[in-house]
Amino acid sequence: MQSLTNGEITVRADGGNVKELVEDLDRNYPGFKSAIVAEGVLVRPGISVVVDGRVVKKGLLHPVGVESEVFFIPAIGGG
Amino acid sequence: MNKPKKPPGFRVVGTNPIRPDGLDKVTGRAVYGDDFKIAGMLHGHVLRSPHAHARIKSIDTRKALRLPGVRAIITGADFPKPSVPMVGMGEGGHFDMNDAADNVIAKKKVFYDGHVVAAVAADNPHLAEEAAALIEVKYEVLPPVMDVRSAMAPGAPVLHETFNPGAFFMKTIKVLPNASRLELGAGDIAKGFAEADVIVEREFTTETVHQGYIESHICTAQWDERGQVTIWTTTQGAFAIRDQVAIICALPMSHVRVVPLEIGGGFGGKDTAYIEPLAAMLAKKADRPVKVVMSRAESLRATGPSPGTYIKAKMGAKRDGTLVAADLSLAFEAGGFPGGPIAAGTLTSITRYNIPNVRLEGFDVLVNKPKMKPYRAPGATQSHFAVEQLLDELAEKIGMDPVDFRLKNVMKTGDRLILGFPSPPIGGAELLEAVKKHPHYKAPLKENQGRGMAFGFWFGAGLTSSAELSVNSDGTVQMCTASCDLSGTRLTLAMQAAEALGIDVDDVSPTVGDTHSVGYALQTVGSRTTFATGIAVIETAQKVLQEMACRAALLWETDAANINVENGIFTDRNNPAHKFNFKELADKLEHSGGPVSAQSTVTPERVGFQLAALLVDVEVDTETGKVDILRCTAFQDAGKAVHPDFVAGQVQGGVAQGLGWALNEEYWYDAKGHLCNASLLDYRMPTALDVPMIDVVILETPNPGHPYGVRGVGEVPIVPPAAAVAIAIHNAIGVRMDHLPMKPGCVLQKIKDQRAAAAA
Repeated sequence: MQSLTNGEITVRADGGNVKELVEDLDRNYPGFKSAIVAEGVLVRPGISVVVDGRVVKKGLLHPVGVESEVFFIPAIGGG
Repeated sequence: MNKPKKPPGFRVVGTNPIRPDGLDKVTGRAVYGDDFKIAGMLHGHVLRSPHAHARIKSIDTRKALRLPGVRAIITGADFPKPSVPMVGMGEGGHFDMNDAADNVIAKKKVFYDGHVVAAVAADNPHLAEEAAALIEVKYEVLPPVMDVRSAMAPGAPVLHETFNPGAFFMKTIKVLPNASRLELGAGDIAKGFAEADVIVEREFTTETVHQGYIESHICTAQWDERGQVTIWTTTQGAFAIRDQVAIICALPMSHVRVVPLEIGGGFGGKDTAYIEPLAAMLAKKADRPVKVVMSRAESLRATGPSPGTYIKAKMGAKRDGTLVAADLSLAFEAGGFPGGPIAAGTLTSITRYNIPNVRLEGFDVLVNKPKMKPYRAPGATQSHFAVEQLLDELAEKIGMDPVDFRLKNVMKTGDRLILGFPSPPIGGAELLEAVKKHPHYKAPLKENQGRGMAFGFWFGAGLTSSAELSVNSDGTVQMCTASCDLSGTRLTLAMQAAEALGIDVDDVSPTVGDTHSVGYALQTVGSRTTFATGIAVIETAQKVLQEMACRAALLWETDAANINVENGIFTDRNNPAHKFNFKELADKLEHSGGPVSAQSTVTPERVGFQLAALLVDVEVDTETGKVDILRCTAFQDAGKAVHPDFVAGQVQGGVAQGLGWALNEEYWYDAKGHLCNASLLDYRMPTALDVPMIDVVILETPNPGHPYGVRGVGEVPIVPPAAAVAIAIHNAIGVRMDHLPMKPGCVLQKIKDQRAAAAA
């Protein structure tokens, strides 16, 4: 993901939910949104969204707090 | 086996009741795929490609159709192009449905030996087979590519002109004609190695292996006059099969009913539709029910195994045992279509240790083998084979006890993963301490005997589950979930229902529902059923108790807020004389508003990580290279062992499979890409003669994401064995193993190399 953020490992963004964070980041790092968002409010296939240590089922619609940590991680299948 | 003490507060959880399906299974009453029969049923036979890589020039079915008793023949031309390109499988996982449809039946190209090109329905199986042999297929045979390094080399045969590299990982880039690449990193890898006092670097290869479920794939399809198809099948996920059949056959999901039968093993290999769409289309064309049975050879040739790999690994540590750097490049076979378990293999490789400077590179590589599929902790066994051996070598070079070395670096609660976020509560240090304290760790060994220890990690899964509970007037309870029972989960779920309701487990009657009878659930995968479906069951039980409390309030003419429920006893806080046990109140439900039932669908977000370690003793015959397993002790953190005997069974099964992977199992292809060992005589799984009693030590670090602390247990036991056996061989005879399986020839070659080096 660092290729999307000019090599930055951690970036700060504002928003009330993950989608708003992504849109805020896209303003500073063009292309960020298209890497994460498939259509409208859906996360691209293969990506899991982690908010404050939980893989969240609402994806982009999950609310975030002022100090929330958000991660985009590869989806992992089990057997 | 030690049995955890039943903690205070649990009545049912932590005990070992008899499984309700046990008697049916040992007496033959249980209905598996091949037991299912239906009036007017035809028999299907599948024609498979004899070539590993070829273009289909033409298919002529006329001779076959003229054979009396042949009722239908289908080819790829009978299937529409899927209108839904991707199907979500939870937590970001997806099926690429175009690839899935092409994998079910080839359209223009075949990508592996055994790829389906046509299927026949006839009056009996022999006729169907005879007819299939009369189908004339003309191929333009193409050169196959059978291993990852060849497939990534310049000039390699190209499988797909275009493919969707984003299907399994967001920033995967198609870097080579047959490969996609992902990369993860942390810290500064050059700085990390500069700080290291000791650096080890090795290359490893592993072969393709199969899950080896004893029951092959079998299904029966029947249509009704309304255009709805019912499919009885052996599967890990009825809804997953429904969704795949609906999309591949262009049907509304509501028109596909999938009834899961008993399952004779899956281990990750039965969440994919292979023959179900074929049976459905044959049954539609023939206007008769059709049963399709995969032979053992078909199962090995054409279902989804676990990938062969090439792994290049380099790790560095300080003299005091602190890990400072890890640089891994992992190339995993994807098979004929993209999307093998490279992400999981890459991520699990080092997740359980704190390493500040890391570079992980993964390649998903197309080769002319079946589309790779999950197998118990997919990808982790291969990556641990490399990493745990390097850790052992580092510990040896530093002169540190291998368990102490791991303890110094083990990830603890709150430590950040390579993925960035902090670890949820985890008991890695406790598990390693248990290994060290166990008598097995210091037990004496003889000449040519060695002991190995490896430490394994798996993420586990949450995903969607549903449950329904109905209270009968006699106080017994019907429980229905959509989670197929691979390992006794109908009992572990019934136990959780009984615990929550405050009743005996014998009073809960569990069933596995079909897709028309219960709410949606994803597959029984990711060690998730006792955990995630357990949460659905507990949440449903709480709804039942809440409604029953309201009924007690009605009967006692008081407010529901005054009702207290504890261990199945309902009391009125304002009147000590008012008291019902569960059965007494159940008897009065009919007259207080009618029977009570409830349903829940949940998607748990707080999955507990899984950890396991294995101590294994081996003896090496230095004349033949044969390795015998002498003793095994497996350690596993179950969070909370709902049914300790079942946990032990899962651990023993996983370790046994891991030992087979370590020593014997591999796909053997010839130069043209034909699978040469498509039988269980030649694909050598371990038997009871190869595996000693596996002792199991269960630890319990509760997962706060489950009301009773449950973690999944099914997958991670397979992760440590291959690495542990390799380390044991090293400790027995001093050679480092770099290839799976470690069959006698490989071990003997290492011994010869060792002798030659000593002589030089």
